[in-house]
Amino acid sequence: MYSDKVMDHFQNPRNVGKMEDPDVVGEVGNPTCGDIIRVYLKIKDDIIEDITFSTFGCGAAVATSSMVTELVKGKTLDEALEVSNEQIAEELDGLPPAKMHCSNLAADAIKNAIKNFKEGKTGLEENDNAEAETAHDHH
Amino acid sequence: MSKRYYFDHAATTPLDPEVFQAMEPFLKDKFGNPSSIYQEGQEAERAITEARERVQELINAADSREIIFTGSGTEADNLAIKGIAMALKEEGNHIITSETEHHAVLHTCEFLEKHYDFEVSYLSVDSEGFIDLADLREEIKDDTILITIMTANNEIGTIQPIEEIAEIAAENNVYFHTDAVQAAGQLDIDVQKSKVDLLSISAHKINGPKGIGALYVKKGTKLLPQMQGGAQERKRRASTENVPGIVGFGKAAQLAKKRLPEKQSKMIKLRDKIINRVLEEIDEVRLNGPRQEHRLPNNASFCFRYIEGESILLNLDMLGIAASSGSACTSGSLDPSHVMLALGLSHEVAHGSLRISLGYRTTEEEVDYLLEKLPPVIQKLRDMSPLYEG
Ligand code: FES
Repeated sequence: MYSDKVMDHFQNPRNVGKMEDPDVVGEVGNPTCGDIIRVYLKIKDDIIEDITFSTFGCGAAVATSSMVTELVKGKTLDEALEVSNEQIAEELDGLPPAKMHCSNLAADAIKNAIKNFKEGKTGLEENDNAEAETAHDHH
Repeated sequence: MSKRYYFDHAATTPLDPEVFQAMEPFLKDKFGNPSSIYQEGQEAERAITEARERVQELINAADSREIIFTGSGTEADNLAIKGIAMALKEEGNHIITSETEHHAVLHTCEFLEKHYDFEVSYLSVDSEGFIDLADLREEIKDDTILITIMTANNEIGTIQPIEEIAEIAAENNVYFHTDAVQAAGQLDIDVQKSKVDLLSISAHKINGPKGIGALYVKKGTKLLPQMQGGAQERKRRASTENVPGIVGFGKAAQLAKKRLPEKQSKMIKLRDKIINRVLEEIDEVRLNGPRQEHRLPNNASFCFRYIEGESILLNLDMLGIAASSGSACTSGSLDPSHVMLALGLSHEVAHGSLRISLGYRTTEEEVDYLLEKLPPVIQKLRDMSPLYEG
């Protein structure tokens, strides 16, 4: 059901892992199925110098996280905000329809990080984003 | 294809070569319609009679005429529940079932609620998946016509107290149907001893072909057919018989009965090895369902914290291992398994579920391979998880 490219990014995720001291962190939870994607960014002069991710989710969630880090690395913050979920899916040679929502997660995690950064937050403050709470609202 | 390690026998089982052999003539030369009076038809008719007797023996029914062949276990469940509901609708409209039933039962009950004004009580289960018999007694009302509770759960292997349920049903003059699709070929099923009124089974879970199931209906039980047409299956299920399927089912039933003691002891040993080793070697893991004798011999079900089931399955698949999960991401509906939620697990915990189910031909070497490969897969995914502080 997944393209070879999705499987490749799932098997060998790029930029995976937590970052030691990121400038900012972005996180989204998926209200549909409860998954979480977190991205860690190093930003210098409005450019994303480094980025890593960690993901609690399906194969598509891992692959789209991996892909989005490749797409935004080295980009300016404004360019990074332009990256859409359709673009991520396209770069992965498509996703099954039921998995398109996972690509939203990856794009939204970046947007969340950049929003935090612009508001002068690190994203590591206790429970500071609504999306992360929705991920847990079924408990 | 390189060697595969198949651990999803609760989903389906490989066709036994002996079953294939028995079916082959009926897929080729012996094509007669059992309703025809000439030789070709009569030969097919005899083959069906023989197969029916073998299925009868598997569940120890008193009479082979109590077996109705259907297109699947799901159809058998539908026929049992709708057939009783339609036959008894003047006497009552209340049905009792449980929260952990297979969708074939749950969705049939929901259908009757939605479209035919039936009222359904869904019994909750405890943390190991057992219903409470006191709850059951309490739910029975004057207009209760049917209790339908599965013999054993397909996801977590919990075996319900079927004989006690049958007793309570009989005391209250209520029919009792049980979905024994997972239990057949693993537990000793004896409908005369357990006193169930209706029981569903399916061939492809016992190394038979797909597309054939059966419903046992105790003599004297009121049941309205759900398929109108010819007089097949003593007018209870119209349709030209699936002769090769029925013949295959008969052979599979015969083998299942013969192999049961050997298969049981072998699978229990492998099952417990998997359960013990996984709980020992991996931390923050939960066993779903009970231990020992109230658990299906072939089922091991776990929830691994901080990770998601589909990711586990994809990783295992790349290593040649086939297994299953109740994770929301694998469900298509994006809801986690209703069985996991009924146990009281959170969405997050249910997310990391993995089911290993063994079969007649599963070997200890295969189990060892699984046990070698699983822990690193779990660790790899945990290292990737934002929830895991390793
Ligand atoms: S993250 Fe759950 S379906 Fe993809």
